Amino acid sequence: MDVASLLPGLALVPAGAAVALIVLSRRRPPLRETWSVLAAVAQTAVVAAMVPRVSEGARLTWEGPALVTGIPLLLRADALGVLFATLASGLWLLTTVYSIGYVRALDEPRQTRYFACFALCLFATVGLALAGNLLTFFAFFEILTVAAYPLVIHKGSEEAFRAGRIYLLYTLTGGTALLGAVVWTAALAGTLEFRAGGILPADAVPAALWGLFGLFVVGCGVKAAIVPLHTWLPLAMIAPTPVSALLHAVAVVKAGVFGMVRVVGFVFGPELLGDMGAASVLTGLALATILLASLAAAAQDNLKRLLAFSTISQLSYIVLGVTLGTQTAFAGSVLHIASHALLKITLFFCAGAIYVTAHVEHVRDMGGIGWRMPWTMGAFAAAAFMLAGMPPGAGFVSKWRLIEGAAQGGAWLAVAVLLAGVVLNVAYFTPVIVRAFAAPASPGTAEAPAALLVPLLLTAAGGLLLGLVPDGLLPVLSLALEVARSVSGP
Amino acid sequence: MRAHLPILPVLFTLVGALLIPIVALASRRAAGPVAAGAAVAAAIAALAGAAEVAGGGVRRYAVGGWPAPWGIELVLDPLSAFTSAAIACVAAVSLAGAGPGARAAFERTTPRFYALALVVVTGLLGITGSGDLFNVFVFLEIAAIASYALVASGAAPALAAGFRYLVLGTVGASFYLIGVGLLYALTGTLNMGDLAARVPAVAGSPLFAGGVAFIVVGLAIKMALFPLHGWLPDAYTHAPPPVAALLPAVATKAPAYALARTLLYVLRPDELPVATTLAWAGGAAVVVGGLFALRQTDARRLLAYSSVSQMGYIVLGLGLANAPALTGAYLHLLNHAVMKSSLFMAVGALLLSARGPSLAALAEVAPRPLIGACMVVAALSMVGVPPAGGFFSKWYLLQGAIEAGQPVLAAAILLGSLLAAVYMYRLTEAVWLSPAAAAGAARRREAPAVVLAALLVLALATLGVGVANELIVDRLLAPAAAAAAR
Repeated sequence: MDVASLLPGLALVPAGAAVALIVLSRRRPPLRETWSVLAAVAQTAVVAAMVPRVSEGARLTWEGPALVTGIPLLLRADALGVLFATLASGLWLLTTVYSIGYVRALDEPRQTRYFACFALCLFATVGLALAGNLLTFFAFFEILTVAAYPLVIHKGSEEAFRAGRIYLLYTLTGGTALLGAVVWTAALAGTLEFRAGGILPADAVPAALWGLFGLFVVGCGVKAAIVPLHTWLPLAMIAPTPVSALLHAVAVVKAGVFGMVRVVGFVFGPELLGDMGAASVLTGLALATILLASLAAAAQDNLKRLLAFSTISQLSYIVLGVTLGTQTAFAGSVLHIASHALLKITLFFCAGAIYVTAHVEHVRDMGGIGWRMPWTMGAFAAAAFMLAGMPPGAGFVSKWRLIEGAAQGGAWLAVAVLLAGVVLNVAYFTPVIVRAFAAPASPGTAEAPAALLVPLLLTAAGGLLLGLVPDGLLPVLSLALEVARSVSGP
Repeated sequence: MRAHLPILPVLFTLVGALLIPIVALASRRAAGPVAAGAAVAAAIAALAGAAEVAGGGVRRYAVGGWPAPWGIELVLDPLSAFTSAAIACVAAVSLAGAGPGARAAFERTTPRFYALALVVVTGLLGITGSGDLFNVFVFLEIAAIASYALVASGAAPALAAGFRYLVLGTVGASFYLIGVGLLYALTGTLNMGDLAARVPAVAGSPLFAGGVAFIVVGLAIKMALFPLHGWLPDAYTHAPPPVAALLPAVATKAPAYALARTLLYVLRPDELPVATTLAWAGGAAVVVGGLFALRQTDARRLLAYSSVSQMGYIVLGLGLANAPALTGAYLHLLNHAVMKSSLFMAVGALLLSARGPSLAALAEVAPRPLIGACMVVAALSMVGVPPAGGFFSKWYLLQGAIEAGQPVLAAAILLGSLLAAVYMYRLTEAVWLSPAAAAGAARRREAPAVVLAALLVLALATLGVGVANELIVDRLLAPAAAAAAR
């Protein structure tokens, strides 16, 4: 049921205004940071205000001016969009607090550009989360690509510029493919509005559908880091840690997977995708990505690179779930967006806290750090095991449904890979934790500053809470089930 | 006053051009303000003209009260009004910001620059306003001869580039004139309206085919359509910076307009394979121009080859000739004018303090955030990232290519965007890179205030065209495209 409302449009205002305010108050850092915090609070409030009505089944719709002839800027808060937007906004708030602690502790240069781009990224993320048609989605998707670039090259070193070049080359190629897909969809379907269950006609020429499918997979798959389109992501780890944290949890890479979920559920529809046989192609890609990235993660010594490969593998869980064709697996995917967001941001926050406090980047240098930074490493261990799927964490809730959904669909290979993935997760995180706690305690503790510690403890607690009471703070489970129910038709 | 709207833009720039030498006798410094004033007045008149015919409608104007076909007829319709407004507005901003660059490049002869620049703009606005094929030729030559002089007034290699431009430009103009002559022999009229009525009777004649071919090739040379773009890279690379901020933006647009006008609204050679040829030539230009731009190490030459690629988009759209493709082509005319003027102006501003025009030399200049930001906006428009204007012209072009069942041309459009991403990235990275030496340098002004103001106006226009594209399309371009599409 569509309900006209100003709220989706209003959700764009805080971050959009913050960009300008941050640049204008560039000579007064305290004021500048106040704008970031205020915008994050306001955005979270606006988005959260939509949750109750969306849970009741309403889709809050705001139609803006026309983007091109006949296609408006359409923002529509449905269950999937509002879930993603709320996650993004809430985590932005925590990341802002964390960022302030981080950049001050390291005395980073170019802080104004940093915070302005951060706000612009969130503006784009909320926009694409709430986008009601493909063109609106595409516009915000591209803005996000560009807005994240200055964050990737923040260090300004030759290495950072190299990573930035590769990042842009990959993501803009993806964007170009996506643009082709969007125009083609408009021609084939006659509309660009997302509709649960899909908009593409099942009787279209198979070659056209396959071509479209390929363009969409490349378009969203670059950001979703599906092997072999993932190369840019480990390189982008040169970015400051809070950037990596937010980009992995909710912004750039999550936008890619979110796009995949939108395309599968709301453009093709799981049914059409299954009938044309494209679903199994995507399943195969996702399974390969899960295994290869997990193995690669096990081989990393740099903690952030390890987390990057872990992200690549976890993102493909989400892609996998939407291709299996069962409601349970689809719900598992949507849940895993939330689980991975909370847990991966915790892990990155921990990596950043360790870097700021102890200046350690490599696992080999982490001996005994667990005793010096017990809270940080405790949260790291908890998040790692929860992400692997240990009950009662958030990862368990989502992975359980993925495995159950795969079994329902008779996809036994997927079940096997999902189970193997749990083992691999544990296998690549355990050495880190063992090393951190195994070595003898060095004298005294030196915990991270509060601005870093509090956000990471909160996100870890959030991960646990999502596992214990999936409908607790935010009705994540019921929203996920609602999405899965809607896309698989009446 | 409203009745005179078709002629006002041309009149303002022509009078301005004639005033400048007189004013310069009293004060050389006054030439700039007079030129900018005349161009701004022309822009306002052109915008008023666009408002007059928005939504459809035609205003005919008989110069001196002599009716067509004996007198000179000017026609204001949505397409001519849009093109006039685009050219006049970009020229106005470009001339308003030209001061510091002109003083550096021309020194004592600055008034000559302004007078010639206004003559160019007069010619271009004459082309867009004219309702008569022969007057188009006259105005083409008015604009072209002044352009040759402007290009040749640069440093040493400019003279050779200007001469080459003159030779090829004259070949193009002659071809056009031969084509017009053939059509006149065949139909006995030069007036576009009369000609359109008489064409069906002669459409089968080989003379008609010859006339069309001469006109198309002549105008293709004038607008530097690949592979007839030979004159453009050198001319725009070696032109003095204030000339480079004007000519590449507007000079190729009026011939493109003339091509659209003659082919789609007057001659309509449906039996000849003109449209298909143009569409594919445009697609080839998009890709080849982009590939050439990739390999350049001189910032100005990079932008020049980018023009070859971007003009390809316009021709591609004219060749596809369905409503969305034409909308895209017309909109790209405006978008390209705005972004190319902005980019050449930015590079010109950097050249005031760089040791040379190579990308490596630009990278040695301390970063200038404001100029850099304006360049990024223009680059985003070139690549086609919303909400910058360039995205929207590409969107309509893509729609047109898909509608025409031409996936290869759609792929060429997308590939052109990717190539633009790479070459524009090379340019903007060079501008933003901070050299080690400049890290501790004291802050200073980035560029003279007028230049910065002009750059900001162009950057805002880039975004503004994007945001307001639906208004422009709905009021001006859709009626224009509907009149041409069959």
